[in-house]
Amino acid sequence: MSFRTPLGKVRGLGSAKEGTEHFWKQRLTAVSNLVLVCIVMVLLAKLAGADYATVKRTLAKPQNAILLLLLVLSGVIHMRLGMQSIIEDYVHSEGRKVMALMLNSFFSLVVGLTCVFAVLKLSFGV
Amino acid sequence: MAEATRAIERPLSPHLSVYRVMINTAMSIVHRITGAALYFGTLLLAAWLVAAAMGEQQFNMVNALFGHPIGKLVLVGYTWAIFHHMLGGLRHFVWDTGRGFEIWQVNLLAWLTIIGSISLTLATWGVGLWMRGGF
Repeated sequence: MSFRTPLGKVRGLGSAKEGTEHFWKQRLTAVSNLVLVCIVMVLLAKLAGADYATVKRTLAKPQNAILLLLLVLSGVIHMRLGMQSIIEDYVHSEGRKVMALMLNSFFSLVVGLTCVFAVLKLSFGV
Repeated sequence: MAEATRAIERPLSPHLSVYRVMINTAMSIVHRITGAALYFGTLLLAAWLVAAAMGEQQFNMVNALFGHPIGKLVLVGYTWAIFHHMLGGLRHFVWDTGRGFEIWQVNLLAWLTIIGSISLTLATWGVGLWMRGGF
C-alpha cells in the first residue's frame, strides 16, 4: 500500500511520463563516452594497418575487450537517445514517428549486440 | 462535438528560418549532424570488429577498404565528427552548470569547438601517420 498522494506520484514526471530520465541518461553516457572514446581511439590508432594476428591478439586482451564492451554499451545508449530527439523534432506524423522510433531502437540494439558478440568471440572464440 | 475531431491548430513557435545564422547556430546544427553521422558511423566499428571475429580473409578485406583513399577520407571525416561532437558536448556541460551564456562566451565556445575539432583531427592523423612513417 502506498501512502503517497496522486500528486506526489506524478510530480516532476512531465508529459513524457519519464521525468528527466532522457536528459540524465544522455549526460551520463556523454561523460562515459568522453573517457572511453579517448582511450579506445588511441587503441584503434595503434592498431590501424596492423596485421590480423596482432589485431586479434590485442583485442583479445581482457583490458581492451572490456574497454570496447563499455564503449559499445555507453555508445549505443547515447546514440539511441540522440536519434530519438532528432526523430521527435522532425517527424510529426504519429504513425511515421512511432515507426522511426522503433527502427531507432532496433538499429541501436542490433549494432550494439553485433559489436558485443564480435568482441566476445575475439576473446573466447576459436 | 464535431469540433473535437477537427485537427487542433495550436500556435507554433518560430523555427530556424526566422533567425540569422551565426557561429553558434552553425555549431548547434553541426553538433546534431555529426551526432547523426556518428550514429551510422558505428557501422564502421561494427564491420571492423565483426570482420576481425570472422577470420583473416574478411579482416583483410575490410582493412583494404579502410586503407583505400576513399576509405581513409571517410575515416578522417569520422574522426572529425567524433571530435566535433565531443567538444560540442563539453560545451553543453559548461552550459549545464549555468555558466557561459554571455554572448561573447557563447561565440568563443562555438569558435573553440570548430577550431578545436579540426586541430585535433589533423593532430591525430598527423601523429598516426608520422609514427608509421606514412608521410
